[in-house]
Amino acid sequence: MIEFSVNGRAVQVDVEPEMPLLWVLRDELGLTGTKYGCGIAMCGACTVHLDGVATRTCVLPVSAVAGRKITTIEGLSKDGTHPVQKAWVQLQVPQCGYCQSGQIMAAASLIATDKKPSDETIETTMSNICRCGTYVRIREAVKLAATLK
Amino acid sequence: MTANIDQGRRQFIVSSAALGGGMMIGVNFPLLAQAAAEGVNEVTHWIVIQPDDSVIIRIARSELGQGSFTGLAMLVAEELECDWGKVRPEYADVNEHVRRNRIFGPMTTGGSRSIRDSHKYLREAGAAAREMLTTAAAKEWGVPASELTVSKGVITHAASGKSTTYGKIAPQAALLEAPKEPKLKDPKDWKLLGTSPARFDIPDKTTGKQIYAADVRLPGLVHASIAQCPVFGGKLKSVDKSKVEGMRGVKSVVTAEDWVAVVADNWWRANQALKALPIEWDVGTNGEVSSESINTFLRTGIDATDVPVARKDGDAAAAFAGAAKVLEAEYSAPFLNHATLEPQTATALIKADGVEVWVGTQNGEASIAAASEAAGVPLEKVILHKMHAGGAFGRRTAFNEFTKQAIKIAQTMPGTPVRLQWSREEDMTQGRYRPVSLTKLRGALDKDGNWIGWQVRQSEPSIAAAVLTQFLKDGIDQIGTRVFIDSPYGVPNYTLEYAMRNTHVLLGPWRAVAHTHNPFFRECFIDELAQAAGKDPYQFRRAMLEKKPKDLGVLDAAAKAVGWGTAPPKGVFRGIAVSDSYGSYSAAAVEISVKNGTEIEVKRVIVALDPGYVVHPDAVKAQIESGVVWALSAAMLEEITIDKGRVVQTNFADYPVLTMRHTPKTEAILMPTGGFWGGVGEPPMAAVGPALGNAIFAATGKRIRSLPLKHAGFSYV
Repeated sequence: MIEFSVNGRAVQVDVEPEMPLLWVLRDELGLTGTKYGCGIAMCGACTVHLDGVATRTCVLPVSAVAGRKITTIEGLSKDGTHPVQKAWVQLQVPQCGYCQSGQIMAAASLIATDKKPSDETIETTMSNICRCGTYVRIREAVKLAATLK
Repeated sequence: MTANIDQGRRQFIVSSAALGGGMMIGVNFPLLAQAAAEGVNEVTHWIVIQPDDSVIIRIARSELGQGSFTGLAMLVAEELECDWGKVRPEYADVNEHVRRNRIFGPMTTGGSRSIRDSHKYLREAGAAAREMLTTAAAKEWGVPASELTVSKGVITHAASGKSTTYGKIAPQAALLEAPKEPKLKDPKDWKLLGTSPARFDIPDKTTGKQIYAADVRLPGLVHASIAQCPVFGGKLKSVDKSKVEGMRGVKSVVTAEDWVAVVADNWWRANQALKALPIEWDVGTNGEVSSESINTFLRTGIDATDVPVARKDGDAAAAFAGAAKVLEAEYSAPFLNHATLEPQTATALIKADGVEVWVGTQNGEASIAAASEAAGVPLEKVILHKMHAGGAFGRRTAFNEFTKQAIKIAQTMPGTPVRLQWSREEDMTQGRYRPVSLTKLRGALDKDGNWIGWQVRQSEPSIAAAVLTQFLKDGIDQIGTRVFIDSPYGVPNYTLEYAMRNTHVLLGPWRAVAHTHNPFFRECFIDELAQAAGKDPYQFRRAMLEKKPKDLGVLDAAAKAVGWGTAPPKGVFRGIAVSDSYGSYSAAAVEISVKNGTEIEVKRVIVALDPGYVVHPDAVKAQIESGVVWALSAAMLEEITIDKGRVVQTNFADYPVLTMRHTPKTEAILMPTGGFWGGVGEPPMAAVGPALGNAIFAATGKRIRSLPLKHAGFSYV
């Protein structure tokens, strides 16, 4: 049994220790907001917060999160009102939306420590792939989110 | 190398429009009687009005993130005069569509056609419903309908002070016959169209609530991962199932003629077992094909005599014979993959009397037809759930091989829902690729530098031959030749030849299809001609577009916005290009700087677009931003190569795509001139790549003729 916390709830899972956290979340715990995109930690669709820090989960063995706190897109806010979510809606960021859970988790992690991120910081911190090309709006929405409560 | 196409393999086409083509070829559904059980509050088949005044507008096209749920609903609501705040879009049910004799018309979502093909009947549906609702109220009150006014779903008779709402009168309205030719508003009277209400699909995409095909969860669901023969057209020779039997969670190994799938209780376990599975393939006759051998093969199309002529204006040979200057160049482009961020996915459940399927699709009709075929049951026995797609770009049009595979796997375990998700590696190596092309262009100038002759020879695999045979005409691909066959430039003597050179690599429509590489070839070559003529490339184009005011309009707008004719800031260089496509007109201007001779920084991209009408300006702007990223990614970075008959690239590590770091400032100029309805999803891309190529030439003097640009030694900063 591996124990950790997901969105404030204690969970125990009986899985192979090497199973990536992504698949524990999606296929064992039913939290499908976190997405599979590449399986090699390049696209960022699988991003969650591990003890508050944006982390890609498709190559992260679940054994590595034992005793730690995970927040997924489902737990970012109760009702979609995290500043990043509000900024995403206000600037109408998503297109197909498949990458956006990961983008939002990466952005939320960034503005938690940087209240006034520069374009350069945003661009180097957020390497998540968006095949629809919503980057122009993501860049603006991160800056807007940093100003919202 | 072999040149035969395996047309049948995993490809099933039901409509041409599905692939971004021109006309819709009717799907041959059985003629079913009109379903009798229509709800009383269904005012028309597009519009359901509930007692609480909420208005459900049915959407036949797919929401792929381009905003069709919102834009198509707006077309109806504009004429309906309902309260926009009470509108809720939902998918037109594909099963109901089958039962009611294709009542919702084309469902295909490709070729930038959702709005331009359906605006008329959707606006008419709104107008008809409004008329029915007011007629019903007039009847109830015994007053002439002409005395009633409507605003935001409230019908009022001023003289008597009576009023009612759409929700209250809808049951009576639904009993009336729909007017045959409802009168549409003059565009100048539009109130909703041309504004940008918040898109319906966005909130759920910020909370993780949006369910994609990959997210389908059902009681007893099992997961499958698949390996298809890595060489297209090859077959499965043998597989040693015993190697994975007993692995934790593994349920079964399912085989077919050219694939193997592992089913488990968790997708990771299925995929781990698949990777551990010893599989032998019979790769067939294409196991030695390489990018090099394909290039050699394309070369034969350039060298051949007696190639079909696709367009002939004037006498090109005579013009070249009398030319003061002749220019000749070869351009080339690679195969490209869609690489949708959600790999191909479908869930299937075999039931006692049919099949139930969940899939992200650009065409509900194509998916239900594929499911019917794969399951061997009539269309009426297929329940199809259209899921939102995690990226589409042409990949989820008519190809439903993943849907069929999910069904084939599910058939081995009736009653158990099977979710098949391709791995990224499978998605990268089993795509339906944008074709390669080798294109030779020759231009003739007279002594004054006027462009008097043009000869173009395209040598490439045919997307029409592979998947859309109705677009093959006398050996000429009517899709692959676009940009050249319909070039707006007024060159008096012009010959276009098309040498079809088909390979075994599977092809598919890739966002904008031929309007990706062909504009690059044409518009960069025109810059070459302008330079040879000693003329400004913008003015050189203008002179040849005199009779094409729409092309000229966007070209002028892009030039003006970038400040063409004025000196750019120090170290900044400009390029410009124009290309109409999918019924719209677009031009792009790009500003770049170059560091250390090879490091390109794209500082600014301007796209001017004239789509005739703009329904939702912010969504159009989003498509321009998106198109710029897509076009730059293709021009600079993307390339699929072939070795030993198979695709070399397997993931984003060796198929890099554009990220935010390289996304420039984008300016969208929306300039709808009215009188026609053009597309929006693809047209903004066409001119971006060549504008970049022309800017690189302006900056470095180096003319790049082979895509992607990284091969010329340039990198992005």
